[in-house]
Amino acid sequence: MDKRPFTIASFDQFLAEGKFMGMKCSKCGAFRIPPKPMCSQCYSTELEWVEMTGKGTLSAYSCVAVGTTMMVEEGYDRKNLYCTGVISLEEGPRICAQIIGADSNNPESIKIGTPLKVGFVERGKGEERRTYLAFNP
Amino acid sequence: MARKLNRGVAIVGAGMSKFGAFPDKNSRELLVEAFIEMMGSIDKGIDPKDIEAFYFGDAAGEAFEGQGHTAPIMGDWLGLLPIPCVRVENACASGSVAIRQAMLSIASGMHDIVLAGGAEKMSNLSTTRVTDTLADFTDVYSERSAGFTFPTAYASMATAYMAEYGARPEHFMMVGIKNHRNGALNPKAQFNSSILDIMNSKISKAKGKGGAIPTWKDEMDFLHDEGANPIVAWPMRLFDCSPISDGAACVLVVAEELVRRFTDSPLYIIGSGLASCGPLHDRDRLTSISAARVASQQAYEMAGVKPQDIQVAEVHDCFTIAELVAMEDIGFYEPGTAYKAVEEGATALDGPKPINPSGGLKSKGHPISASGAGQVVEIWHQLREEAGLRQVPIKNLRLGLTHNIGAHGSTCSINIFERR
Repeated sequence: MDKRPFTIASFDQFLAEGKFMGMKCSKCGAFRIPPKPMCSQCYSTELEWVEMTGKGTLSAYSCVAVGTTMMVEEGYDRKNLYCTGVISLEEGPRICAQIIGADSNNPESIKIGTPLKVGFVERGKGEERRTYLAFNP
Repeated sequence: MARKLNRGVAIVGAGMSKFGAFPDKNSRELLVEAFIEMMGSIDKGIDPKDIEAFYFGDAAGEAFEGQGHTAPIMGDWLGLLPIPCVRVENACASGSVAIRQAMLSIASGMHDIVLAGGAEKMSNLSTTRVTDTLADFTDVYSERSAGFTFPTAYASMATAYMAEYGARPEHFMMVGIKNHRNGALNPKAQFNSSILDIMNSKISKAKGKGGAIPTWKDEMDFLHDEGANPIVAWPMRLFDCSPISDGAACVLVVAEELVRRFTDSPLYIIGSGLASCGPLHDRDRLTSISAARVASQQAYEMAGVKPQDIQVAEVHDCFTIAELVAMEDIGFYEPGTAYKAVEEGATALDGPKPINPSGGLKSKGHPISASGAGQVVEIWHQLREEAGLRQVPIKNLRLGLTHNIGAHGSTCSINIFERR
């Protein structure tokens, strides 16, 4: 079992290794993604890392024309929209992530309920470049 | 068990600056304008030296104006030093939470006469920097990192709402049309014009220039034009989003024993609720904000009234979808039915359940920390039947409600007012 602390830094390290890991409370079974050092449902600190299947469905989304600086620097703008949203994971919890490979310039073509599979996306320049969670149709 | 205040608390004065984009005014100067109007609204007058404390809503003074520790600075500008000046930060709910803190300080017995309000100066920054600053109010580790902006969070709720209930983007547009019509009657509104006025003015300008003249048939046709109403975060378009605004608003809150010294037409705060929730993906539903359901329940129980008793409401329509979600969360409409009520005109100024007679954040403007106090200023005018052209035509007006959201629902502050 992985002994890494239940921190966002660990979660990010896993992403950089191409792994989508969730925190599961050993006491009450609740998932926390990204992780918290204490279960915010039952206050237990008996926690474990679980590798998520990475399968889920799209529950909510938006195609964004006016993004944050991070997304603008990745080349997204009014002519080149990006899709992001809420994914319901097979294991139960939900998570927000960019949806790569969706037809972002045709938002109406994207359907809620679409099956998705985990992917990863790198963003940022120089030392700030790192891996973020993403999903693909 | 319904909570009650240890003593009654009422609003005896309210004022706001005009909302808009004012390159030559900072938040202090706008707050002074609101303060002067508030002082003038107190029917029997007040010596400002009698004010004992000041709760100042300020979400992002550092980001917008490079100014921290803003409360005492504002207190200085208002001539209130050395009284306690306390900054309250709950994102876009800061203004109404400041009013709640004033209420609590009076109910506790610590103070009798307290000023509360908020101010924001947003138009200094570029759209991208405003987008970044507002995105900082989402969870930076799970939402902002996924590329969420503020409009994105509400747009995501909108796609979930459409899929679950069968609403269409046109229903969001109807909210905007309604709020702009109300704002056209509000001289303090940033957009003091209906969408029809805006459309016709663009047509006149095109005719003046001698170029191609747009052929929009009506407001809906105009709103469907990508050129006139571009996507911000689909399905939220420009006219679904509240603007970038500067403005300030404040109210004077006093203990019930002192009310008649100031006015014979006060607004008692008879119900108050405040609740919180987590990031979008951790919520029980994506088409509702649980903090708003919890806070409104608290407020109704404390006030001993029901949603159907409320005669006029100002709700947090930072985006058009937000107004629909608000209408359902505060119990005015069953889940999934608010969009039909808007389509039927039920929430128009002359409808049975008028919502956002001021024009709402959409049309009046959304200087984020001032907005919650601005809502209370509107309810003050409406319940005292001093709202002029936008006065709701309801007989025996007595009960009003404000619904103010911080971030994308992480905070919800509800207050219920009774004119006595």
